[in-house]
Amino acid sequence: MNTLSKFAVSAAAAALLVANTSTAGTLDDTRAAGELKCGISTGVPGFAFTSDAGDWQGFDPAVCQAVAAAIFGDTSKVKYTTTTGKTRFTALASGEVDMLARNTTWTFSRDTDLKLDFVGVNYYDGQGFMAPADLGVGSAKELDGASVCIQTGTTTELNLADFFRVNGISYEAVPIETNDEARTNYEAGRCDVYTTDASGLAATRSSFDDPSAHVLMPEIISKEPLGPLVRHGDSEWADIVRWTLNALITAEELGVTSENVDKMATGTDNPEINRLLGSEGDLGAMIGLDKAWAWRAIKAVGNYGEIFDKYIGKDTPIGLERGLNAQWTDGGLLYSPPFR
Amino acid sequence: MATTIDMRGPPKSGFSIGKIWTDKKSRGVIVQVIAMAIFCAVVFYLANNVVENFQKLGKPFGFDFLEQESNYDINQTLISYNSQSSHGRAAVVGILNTLLVAFCGIILATILGFILGVLRLSPNWLVNKLAYCYIEFVRNVPVLVHILLVHGIMVHSLPHPKQAINVADSFFLSNRGFYMPQPVFQPLFWLVVAAFVFGLIYAFWYRRAARIKQAATGEQSPVFWVMLASIIGLPILAFLLTGLPIEWQDPVQGKFNLKGGMAIKPEFMALWLALSLYTAAFIAEIVRSGIMAVDKGQSEAALALGLPRKRTMNLVVIPQALRVIIPPLTSQYLNITKNSSLAIAIGYMDIVATIGGISLNQTGREMECMIIVLGLYLFFSITISMIMNWYNNRIALVER
Amino acid sequence: MSAAQKYVPGEHPDLKPPLGQTGLLFWLRTNFFSSTFNVVLTLVTLYFLYLILPPMFNWLFVDSAFVADSRVHCRELGTGACWGFIEKRFGQFTYGFYPLEERWRVNLTFLLFVIATLPVLWDNMPGRRSFLWFSLVFPFVAAWLLLGGFGLETVDTDQFGGFMLTMVIGVTGIVFSLPLGILLALGRQSNLHFIRWLCTGFIEFFRGVPLITLLFVASTMLNYFLPPGTSFDLLLRVLIMVTLFSAAYIAEVVRGGLQAIPKGQHEAADAMGLKYWASMRLVVLPQALKISIPGIVNTFIGLFKDSTLVVIIGLLDPLGIGRASLSDSKWQGLSTEVYVFIALFFFACCFSMSRYSIYLENKLNTGHRN
Repeated sequence: MNTLSKFAVSAAAAALLVANTSTAGTLDDTRAAGELKCGISTGVPGFAFTSDAGDWQGFDPAVCQAVAAAIFGDTSKVKYTTTTGKTRFTALASGEVDMLARNTTWTFSRDTDLKLDFVGVNYYDGQGFMAPADLGVGSAKELDGASVCIQTGTTTELNLADFFRVNGISYEAVPIETNDEARTNYEAGRCDVYTTDASGLAATRSSFDDPSAHVLMPEIISKEPLGPLVRHGDSEWADIVRWTLNALITAEELGVTSENVDKMATGTDNPEINRLLGSEGDLGAMIGLDKAWAWRAIKAVGNYGEIFDKYIGKDTPIGLERGLNAQWTDGGLLYSPPFR
Repeated sequence: MATTIDMRGPPKSGFSIGKIWTDKKSRGVIVQVIAMAIFCAVVFYLANNVVENFQKLGKPFGFDFLEQESNYDINQTLISYNSQSSHGRAAVVGILNTLLVAFCGIILATILGFILGVLRLSPNWLVNKLAYCYIEFVRNVPVLVHILLVHGIMVHSLPHPKQAINVADSFFLSNRGFYMPQPVFQPLFWLVVAAFVFGLIYAFWYRRAARIKQAATGEQSPVFWVMLASIIGLPILAFLLTGLPIEWQDPVQGKFNLKGGMAIKPEFMALWLALSLYTAAFIAEIVRSGIMAVDKGQSEAALALGLPRKRTMNLVVIPQALRVIIPPLTSQYLNITKNSSLAIAIGYMDIVATIGGISLNQTGREMECMIIVLGLYLFFSITISMIMNWYNNRIALVER
Repeated sequence: MSAAQKYVPGEHPDLKPPLGQTGLLFWLRTNFFSSTFNVVLTLVTLYFLYLILPPMFNWLFVDSAFVADSRVHCRELGTGACWGFIEKRFGQFTYGFYPLEERWRVNLTFLLFVIATLPVLWDNMPGRRSFLWFSLVFPFVAAWLLLGGFGLETVDTDQFGGFMLTMVIGVTGIVFSLPLGILLALGRQSNLHFIRWLCTGFIEFFRGVPLITLLFVASTMLNYFLPPGTSFDLLLRVLIMVTLFSAAYIAEVVRGGLQAIPKGQHEAADAMGLKYWASMRLVVLPQALKISIPGIVNTFIGLFKDSTLVVIIGLLDPLGIGRASLSDSKWQGLSTEVYVFIALFFFACCFSMSRYSIYLENKLNTGHRN
């Protein structure tokens, strides 16, 4: 009998709660739900954190907010789902979230084997090393025999193993789940060196009482293009996320900011700005949105440079330089395809 | 359970559909058939979904990824392993690490638990109350918080390797772990091992012979001393005669860490301590109630018979208390084994962190990895249950 | 000797115990200094306490900062704990991301939860029967209040967090696992082979694997078992797993209760002509459940503590909230405060529950003896 009742209970639960069979496109589903399902990390300083008021902020949630603003005109219409290194791809593949804006490295196997689509790069990163200055180590190649703190669930441990193997030096790996615990362990001297993405290192370094007591090694041992990603199979949806990101980057290139966007939307003598903001042509219709989509996104969260400066730039505690993440016109790698 | 007496008299002759349901036997069959049908349908439905999902995502299913290169390093391994070893070998390393922490945890928790349980019964008010406070505090805080706290305290409060607590230049304790000399065996060491094995066999043979002798003649032999001499004395003698065929390699200060020697990592120590301290609190309560369950009259009777106090304890009280203690102790041992999976929170590379963690992450084979992990834990649990059941049956009251 | 003769036999007044057998000194002597070993034990313990307690007290209270705006501010105020962080984030630790203006619903649910548990825990409550009906309806009322709909603004489960999430997982787990566990226990004792086999397999499986692996299954694998394209809420998946997990444990507790019922009870019920379900419902289960209550409360305590594990799959229980809050660069590096705070919360809850369970056990014990 109990099998029967068990089955009845589970069937009832399933009938009540099994959500959306995604036959329609992701955009239609998102519109119907009235909110954007966005996967973020459980917390990386500057990139994703909760404010004292209790809402998600940071460089990564800003991408979610921009997409939500493009679709709904409202940055609050985002349903954040925190994902760990382990659960993030499953969450995306299963439809629990519709996009991931989480420090995820764009790699070949993730793009192909895991059936995901990276839509662009919002931060060019690379794995680096940080060590206390009084250790007197000038290069990562001098780290023979050192204990190294790594954050697990990422590509970091693979790069590290490769680096030490290629250079023929030994080390003790201290795998740690989250950035905060890695920081704690490093500070307490559990390990000599902390390795993670250079952005994370800078953020961590800034949080020490005396940042100058810690040095970053010159070696960057990997390429870590971090970017938002979506599921394989819905190119229209991928286009929306991709071009929202590009709109933020282009906006900075063209000098459109959240302050002057209203004025510029009335029309300028630069046709690309006009196309971007919808006063000329109708690019929005081509991706299933209206004319003012990019205007709303820029208005809500600001252009790429503004987001950068607000959460991780020089004037924040994180204090990151633009470096590779400057516009191509300034010698960086940010290069958005044109809006036409 | 319910007996099959039918109170409505002998069944009436003739057949009706309703009778199939009212008859207890046929109803049982029907219910079971229905249950089996539903069970099969559910299993089939789920399996079908899995197949469809895998096809839709274009994912293969199979365990061939276990032979691929793992590409990651593990800091504490009981067998040789490096980043070019396979995922399968990483899984084995994880299994051994799980078993190691579970085994050490069971031993330490049992010792601590028995001590705490006895302290809890101590007539000393201070000790008694302190044990009580400890047990209650530890029992009522989640084990995950314990693990994180112990690890945090250990990493923060132990000194840096450069200032490691140094005992005789051989043992070092720092926040990088506990370092001790590593034995390096010389060729002749096998003689010592051989002497030990021989001594062990002889000791048990002697004990058996002594028992038979005592049963036949009532004469007692110095069993304890002979056993001690043959098990410990003989190997020591061999060790001395072969000219101390062992060398100790002391850990020395390197540039960053202590080098050489054997090391116990702080992650292992933290997990081991936290699991042991947590479980010891439960075991203490089990031990206390076990000892209290033995009627006072039992020990009084034994004393009245003239048994010395120590023998009263060994021969009368403890065997009876064990009968009460063993079953709940079994489930505590199972709990330690299962809770060791929380190693992932502090980065001890157990089975959940290797095959169920990094390997799963790198290969994207959730289904296969989780099947391996679940299967292994089931296997461990069943094995421990079987061992403890066997022991329980051995000490159980034999009713004649 | 002469004093003794003053009294009529049997009227002798109670004399005070001899000097040295009473009072503080006696108590001290018997409890602390009765033997050499005891003296050593006492002294060692006292020294140990002296080592531990003052620094702990200083860290917790004396050197700590109760109001602060950031970690740096805290360090300026004192070298001890930075409680200002907990104070600033208290709302998040309690409610997670539940919308500010809807938090009254969580409070109301908690209040109703207390009202609903009272008749279950308190035997002699006036009007217990009618309140029990409310207890039965409570889970549905709670679900409506917390999730919204039907006139209330809907709140998604991803906004659940903090201690509220702990309570949701704990209470849902126990409410749904209780009936399931009873059915499983009955199934395990059943005469029907297939059903017994099925229930035993189910119980042994869920008891044999750690909860954390089941949570991984819920977060990474469960979607493969659903028709392609469907998915459901992560919290719901976790709740299902937690329910199945604790149902297996409850089943074992109830089985213990069932086995303690003398065979005569079953036979008497059969002799009365009661069918299986009637005899279970009217005779066996009421007795079996009554003696299983302490075990059930203990299972609940275990479940409540285990709910912290959801942090490992990314749900924001208090530990997860702590993790996300510590990523705010203002507050980085205060994990010890978070752990201690959470430890104290769990201690307060679980200790009171275990006290209740012990009280029940004692009450039931005397009931048996009489």
